[in-house]
Amino acid sequence: MPTRRRALLVLAVLVGLALLSLLVALAAGSLPVSAGDVLCALSGENGGLAVDVIRGLRLPRALAAFACGGLLALAGALMQVLLRNPLADPYVLGISGGAAVGALSAMLAGLTLALMNLAAFAGALAAMLLVFGLAHGDSSWTRSRLLLTGVIVAAGCGAVVALILSIAPDDGLRGMLFWLMGDLGQAISPWPALVVLALGLLVTLPFARELNLLARGDTLAQALGVSVGSVKHGIYLVASLLTAVAVTTAGSIGFIGLVVPHLVRLAMIRLGWGNDQRLLLPASALAGGSLLVLADTLARTVIAPQQLPVGVLTALLGVPVFLFLLGRQPNDRQ
Amino acid sequence: MSASLLESRQLEVSIGGHRVCHDLNWRVDAGESWAILGRNGAGKSTLLATLAGLRAQDSGRLSIAGHGLPLASQAAGARAIARVRGYLSQHQIDPFASTVMETVLVGRHPHLGRWDWESAEDRRIAGAALDEVGLAGFAEREVQTLSGGERQRLAIAQLLSQEPQLFLLDEPLTHLDLSHQVAAMEMLTRRATSGAAIVAVLHDPGFAARYCRHALLLFGNGEWLAGPADEVITATNMARLYGHPLRELCADGNRWFVPG
Repeated sequence: MPTRRRALLVLAVLVGLALLSLLVALAAGSLPVSAGDVLCALSGENGGLAVDVIRGLRLPRALAAFACGGLLALAGALMQVLLRNPLADPYVLGISGGAAVGALSAMLAGLTLALMNLAAFAGALAAMLLVFGLAHGDSSWTRSRLLLTGVIVAAGCGAVVALILSIAPDDGLRGMLFWLMGDLGQAISPWPALVVLALGLLVTLPFARELNLLARGDTLAQALGVSVGSVKHGIYLVASLLTAVAVTTAGSIGFIGLVVPHLVRLAMIRLGWGNDQRLLLPASALAGGSLLVLADTLARTVIAPQQLPVGVLTALLGVPVFLFLLGRQPNDRQ
Repeated sequence: MSASLLESRQLEVSIGGHRVCHDLNWRVDAGESWAILGRNGAGKSTLLATLAGLRAQDSGRLSIAGHGLPLASQAAGARAIARVRGYLSQHQIDPFASTVMETVLVGRHPHLGRWDWESAEDRRIAGAALDEVGLAGFAEREVQTLSGGERQRLAIAQLLSQEPQLFLLDEPLTHLDLSHQVAAMEMLTRRATSGAAIVAVLHDPGFAARYCRHALLLFGNGEWLAGPADEVITATNMARLYGHPLRELCADGNRWFVPG
């Protein structure tokens, strides 16, 4: 368990890394820019084409990437505590499936980007309410029931998505696939996601120690004075909303929500700090944001001018890194 | 006179249609040590969880240090109660990796404010608790590498770091070897003599008679019997309780019960 000072130090370093990743994202791209251009763009001065590109295209996209990465990592960390399962991720309860059905239906109907986002958000909320309603049915609320309901709803959504893909016209398929893999090119504005990320941290951090207890079992948490029922409902609601906003902004980007909380937790365990949500939640949000910014920068530069969906890169990078760390994790610490 | 640590009036508890206790009128005061005895499935754990406020009773009044249960408002009362009563669960689970020190410090939760972090004083209390259960050098060990008995002692240390006045213990001796069973009971009864109260679900009537001044017997059909251990823990009562003949043996002033 870290001391408060050490936790703040770690967070300060992560904030530094996040700013660095944003700078990289602003500087990298098919149009070469100078450090002066980046400064110009950030300070609000007028400049040439480079400044316009940075301010108009790269900055909003980088901020959207940061917000989505942060949202997904935070939601993943919360879901892992809620389901007391290290393999949980933000999509495990069907939120992304619902959003995908909404978004792809809107694409099939030829709606505008704004309406598509609205449909995605509505789909995510519908899935969330459906899972919650079904799992909550007779007021018992066990983890396995919640997990099973979520997995089944996700499977149902997957079937609908496959149906839409198979009846969609050929020229729409590419957009749909990009959405499904997660792509920041479709982000309209980074601000809603950034604001929701800040709010998400604000409402969860005061309960971080309660979450530590909840991760050790409901009975223990309750015996130590945690209102288990309301905290669990709260996490479910917050994690679902965070996921819904992230998915609405950039499609279902995989792996960030599963891998980042894990990476942070593995790092904390190697430092002997255990699984302390007070550090894990904000650190996951910062690390997830930075990672997605870097991944998205790669996605739009690696075979420029062609752009890759960022979800492909997060998976390609995330899987080996995760397996490497897992393989090096000591089995015991005697 | 101050309120008793635990008090029940006309308490009715049942689980899954099985009646655990009927019309239980009982109180536990500071300095007392109680054993709860009964056969498998009699409802000992259910009763203990109810007494701890972790599940609601069917009817009747129940209070911990003056707080009526179930709580009218969860948020405020639950923390206040957690500073007074500690509950040792029968099962310990560790889904996520964690060190021994971290696990003990969890017990400090009810004493910390929302934004507080564990202080040097909290760490001192946690370290002392580890000392008391014989896990002094284990602070940095990974919990998942502990043996069953070590994990159980860690759970007891966590409870000690909570510093409750009322200890509700569900089979505290599970997984412990004989010497640690004795050490654990002596340590807990020392707590009782210094002003706390313990209520422990036990399986060995000999241990109960040796370490607890009082006993509550649950006969499995709602009937119960409470009183001083000398009067309540007898060969006749034990035979009825466990549905098996028992013989009482005496040695060095202690009474032991062996299957007849």
